[in-house]
Amino acid sequence: MGFRVMPKSAFPGWVEQMLQTYRVVGPRKIRDRYMFDEVNSPGDLDLTYSTTVLPPKKVLLPQHEELLSFDLESGKMEAAIDTQPTVLLGVHTCDLHAIRLLDAVFEDGYADQHYIARRQNVLLVSLECLSPCTEKSFCKSMGTLSVTEGYDLHLTDLGDSYAIDIGSERGQALLELTENAQPATDADYSRLNQTLSDKWPRFPYRLESDITELANLLAVSYDSDLWEELGEKCLGCGSCTIVCPTCYCFNVIDEVDFSLNAGSRIRQWDGCTLSQFAVVAGGHNFRSTNQERQRHRFFRKGKYQMEAYGLVGCVGCGRCAEACLVDINPVDTFNELSRRRIPMTRRHKEVLP
Amino acid sequence: MTLLKDKIVSSSLYVPVQATIRDIRALTPLEKVFSLTLPDGMLLNHEPGQFVELSVFGVGEAPISITSSPSRSNGFFELCVRNAGDMTGVLHQMKPGDVVGVRGPFGRPFPMNRFLGKDLIFAIGGLGLAPARSVINQVLDERGKYGKVIILYGARTPGDLLFTDELEEWDRRSDVELHLTVDRPAEGWDGNVGVITTLFSHVQVYARNTVAITLGPPVMYRFVLMELLGKGVPEGNIWFSFERRMKCGVGKCGHCQIHHLYTCKDGPTFSFAEIKHLEGAL
Repeated sequence: MGFRVMPKSAFPGWVEQMLQTYRVVGPRKIRDRYMFDEVNSPGDLDLTYSTTVLPPKKVLLPQHEELLSFDLESGKMEAAIDTQPTVLLGVHTCDLHAIRLLDAVFEDGYADQHYIARRQNVLLVSLECLSPCTEKSFCKSMGTLSVTEGYDLHLTDLGDSYAIDIGSERGQALLELTENAQPATDADYSRLNQTLSDKWPRFPYRLESDITELANLLAVSYDSDLWEELGEKCLGCGSCTIVCPTCYCFNVIDEVDFSLNAGSRIRQWDGCTLSQFAVVAGGHNFRSTNQERQRHRFFRKGKYQMEAYGLVGCVGCGRCAEACLVDINPVDTFNELSRRRIPMTRRHKEVLP
Repeated sequence: MTLLKDKIVSSSLYVPVQATIRDIRALTPLEKVFSLTLPDGMLLNHEPGQFVELSVFGVGEAPISITSSPSRSNGFFELCVRNAGDMTGVLHQMKPGDVVGVRGPFGRPFPMNRFLGKDLIFAIGGLGLAPARSVINQVLDERGKYGKVIILYGARTPGDLLFTDELEEWDRRSDVELHLTVDRPAEGWDGNVGVITTLFSHVQVYARNTVAITLGPPVMYRFVLMELLGKGVPEGNIWFSFERRMKCGVGKCGHCQIHHLYTCKDGPTFSFAEIKHLEGAL
């Protein structure tokens, strides 16, 4: 099936139509930064955004989420399942890759009904990236600069119009809310292909090893001196995990209301770089140093997730590098590990543009 | 017949079943055994080595190993809980008839079928007897299926020994070899004094036909391991159960991860062969 083309002038009308039926969440400008937030009118959206402070995972896995409510007097207990129909609009391809990993994790083994219910009611409208978000992003190195599946609709900016690829029946139905999406003409194909081939050289390769080598690189780098150096720098603030689109670790706590008889069980984001993450009752900490925690974080990103789910554990969005107060970042970390192992040639640059 | 496990795949895996405390026994000032019944004849149907997520509503949830053996869980099961944290602190104040939440059973059990016909040596420290008791009583209830049964158990003081009634029962049996030790003796103690490894000189094992099950605090594992490997017990025959922080029980919340392994679903039981490359596991 080919793609559709919608003039940009028709886009606000389409969003208006969505807002009749759906909660719409997309990138909004807040002062000089962007965040995914609920949209009340098409003007709230800014699809020219660079990157957002927090990734769109917060729509699927909220920072603070009720799992169940309980009432001890009546003995009643109820799961809180959120099924609000939502359009998640303007998701960059790195974040789409991250959502594929979240899907795999929460569907694996005993499925997490809270995540699944929300996910099934979220329509993903992704957006082709045409230039790097920030100096810190390295999506091209992680293979997330493009996407061929996992979206309901995928938009590419053609200047005065959007090329819209339909990824699912639900996506098609969403597109049918507007009458202004026409089948692409030969000229549209030509424009789209030109746009896609023009974008590629704008993105730099920043990793000096190929992503398929990362797991092996880490496997031989467990005892690297670099972890000690990162551990000395790391402040243990946890920002890297909070802003990461593939981090999903969580804590579960109880909150009680004033009656002391009823309350909620709450899931909230947690992070393996926080000092208390692996502490058990009695006080023993199974990862007691920043060094061990940073190493665990990078092993999850570069090795464990790939081996467990066949999907990249780091999508190269660069948010953690932006957020880190002491400039610990995946590119420098992986490159330094690689340099300390064997001198690597810059093979990407020789083979590819 | 409904199983507690089926509840996990119904509305939400996080919604516990409300279990009733039918009996509470204090073993020491810090440790109590809670006997729980599930509603409507629901069965736990666990295997030795598994655990449940135990809730006190309004306080929280924590993973607790199941101390009763499947062979002795007739409509109820037992958890031996140390008063060590927020949830367990409140639990220790509770009375028979009170309601707690239970999810599970979770985790990979001990591979009992691989232990058939083997000599079993248990090396247990402190609260490690709670999960070990599930295995031991299962073995004793099917005694003919196994070779020798040797139990080494150490506690800080005689007063810290758990399940003393059952220790006496095991000691009386001619088909069980029980050796006790304490770090610090008290008046009337005429047994061994010293760490658990001092007991190994008392026992003879045929190493290649021996399975060792060692349960206790992390600090104990290294020393027990040296003894066992020194006796020639194969690495794949040395079994542990690990304690970690857990919030989900199903390999998602991330807290219990040891390298790439999730203690909650890949463990908590592990053989030494499986984890010997993983620094920090022990």
